[in-house]
Amino acid sequence: MSFNELQLKGVSRHFANPAGARVLALSELTVTVPRGEFVALLGPSGCGKTTTLNCIAGLLPLTSGSIWLDELRIDVLPSEKRGFGMVFQNYALFPHMTVRRNVGFGLRMRGVATAQAERRVTRALELVQLTGHEDKLPGQLSGGQQQRVALARAIVIEPPLVLMDEPLSNLDAKLRLEMRAEIRRIHRELGRATIYVTHDQDEALSLADRIIVMKDGVVQQIAAPQEIYAQPANLHVARFMGYRNVLELEVRQVNGNAVVLGGNGLRLEGVAKQPLERRAMAAIRPEDIALDAAGSLAGRIEAVEYCGRDSLVDVRTASGVLLHARMSASAALGESVRISVPPERVLVYPAEAA
Amino acid sequence: MGTFILIVPAVIFMLLFFIYPFLYGLVLSFQPAQGDWLANYARFFADSHLWRTLNTTFNLALPVTIINVALALPIAFRMRHKSRHQRWVTTILVVPITLGTVLIAEGMLAYLGPKGWLSQALQFVHLYDGPIRLTHNYWGVLLSLVISGFPLAFLLILSYLTGIDPVLERAAATLGANSWNRFRHIYLPLLAPGLAITFCLAFVQAFSVFPSAVLVGAPAGSTRVISLAAYEAAFEQYDYPMASAVAMIMGLAQLAVVAAVLALRRGFYRGPVVGGKG
Repeated sequence: MSFNELQLKGVSRHFANPAGARVLALSELTVTVPRGEFVALLGPSGCGKTTTLNCIAGLLPLTSGSIWLDELRIDVLPSEKRGFGMVFQNYALFPHMTVRRNVGFGLRMRGVATAQAERRVTRALELVQLTGHEDKLPGQLSGGQQQRVALARAIVIEPPLVLMDEPLSNLDAKLRLEMRAEIRRIHRELGRATIYVTHDQDEALSLADRIIVMKDGVVQQIAAPQEIYAQPANLHVARFMGYRNVLELEVRQVNGNAVVLGGNGLRLEGVAKQPLERRAMAAIRPEDIALDAAGSLAGRIEAVEYCGRDSLVDVRTASGVLLHARMSASAALGESVRISVPPERVLVYPAEAA
Repeated sequence: MGTFILIVPAVIFMLLFFIYPFLYGLVLSFQPAQGDWLANYARFFADSHLWRTLNTTFNLALPVTIINVALALPIAFRMRHKSRHQRWVTTILVVPITLGTVLIAEGMLAYLGPKGWLSQALQFVHLYDGPIRLTHNYWGVLLSLVISGFPLAFLLILSYLTGIDPVLERAAATLGANSWNRFRHIYLPLLAPGLAITFCLAFVQAFSVFPSAVLVGAPAGSTRVISLAAYEAAFEQYDYPMASAVAMIMGLAQLAVVAAVLALRRGFYRGPVVGGKG
């Protein structure tokens, strides 16, 4: 099945909580996913990303909005008529079927002739590098192998769209890196669209062509990984993307986007990302703080966490503000240092309403 | 050692109330009032008044078991998702288990007897004017066993069903399986071992029918079941060895069916019913 784009138009989903109140799980998601694109839905647990995936897969009805595959409206179709491949978080392999029958299930449901189905299953298992395990039951496989079976089962039906719900969250760190590369390779080989749900920003950054960051059912930012990483649209996205230092300061000077902030005995230059009022939040990534003999900030090293290539260092300024820094230079506990941050790496957002 | 102590009470209980009476009865059955040690068994299979009870009981227990399992399966399947709705329906369906056969029999006599409400209602609307014969015959006992046996079959199947990870069904749906195929290819194979056990328990329960065979059946004729034959031998003829022999034959017949069903079960998948890591 060939298609050009998947369109979500104002897709919303409400739930009733046990008390009977309506809870917003997903609000007004509008996005277009062209063929070949890898989109990551990123956010903390409970942000609505799995709800979104289930809505697209047809496992949850929409409260409002519509989903289109080119000219075909699909949100009114049951799951089995949509024909999307889905990889579940706990794999959902059929425990009573061998690997071959698991992978062939979708083809069998489509009435594909046995000989052809057999060929396609063999090819899918080659693609996920599981040749030789055809006649095992899922219970006889390791987690990583089960994950590959789930992947093969989803792609063998040659779906226009592959949906993945945190497929790597049950694997150990090493396997996760390997499977990440596999998923990216398979996506490229198939040339179809993939929508991938994760709460891991590294995974999203490394896999996706485009990332949708969500919070409490509301889309925060839709952009390429580079932009999400360097230019988070709001403080929430910044926090989620690893801007660990968030300081509430007063706005002293505004000159276009360039702002000067002060307070707490600090003076910081930064870039405003949104219109500001009197108070503002400065977000700084630990990686952007550097030891600098001519730096404007002075402090004392309070904690050092050695990480191999570099160290995570906590610096306490004279006025008592704690800053997290990641630096490769050797730093000793208790040492007095001067640090600096390039002004273009200090992102300034309006202060959150308390 | 610790686990041994834990099972001691159960072992004593089994020895005292099951193994000993069983062995006692077994030995007793080989000590007939007259004739050699197999005389009781020879008499059972020679006397048509006796061996026919075996047929009669099978003729009741097998259809009842099949009806109960076949009825409980689709209803339990519809109820497999947790909801308030599910709790209410489950409660209503399970009520008969608390009633006891005697109460059910009384109810049936009042509703379904020749002068019962059903008969009167049908005659009132002139749907069927003849007398309704649903009690004091085969159908009365069959109906009573369905009413009293259904809750057990339903509860067992429901608990097996809710143990099956619902995400498997969703996975099957995304792969193109409609609701019939999801039942046929996912639920049914995973449920088969549970269905076998349910069948065995429901069968054993129906096979040992006694009160309803008397109260709503025809205990002298079409519903003269094997437990009645044992009762007559023990408490009307005071021939305990013969009664023991009948009880042994009854036990053997049940065992044969259970063994056959469990042998069939070996052919099914019997592993975990979830689709991945916990």
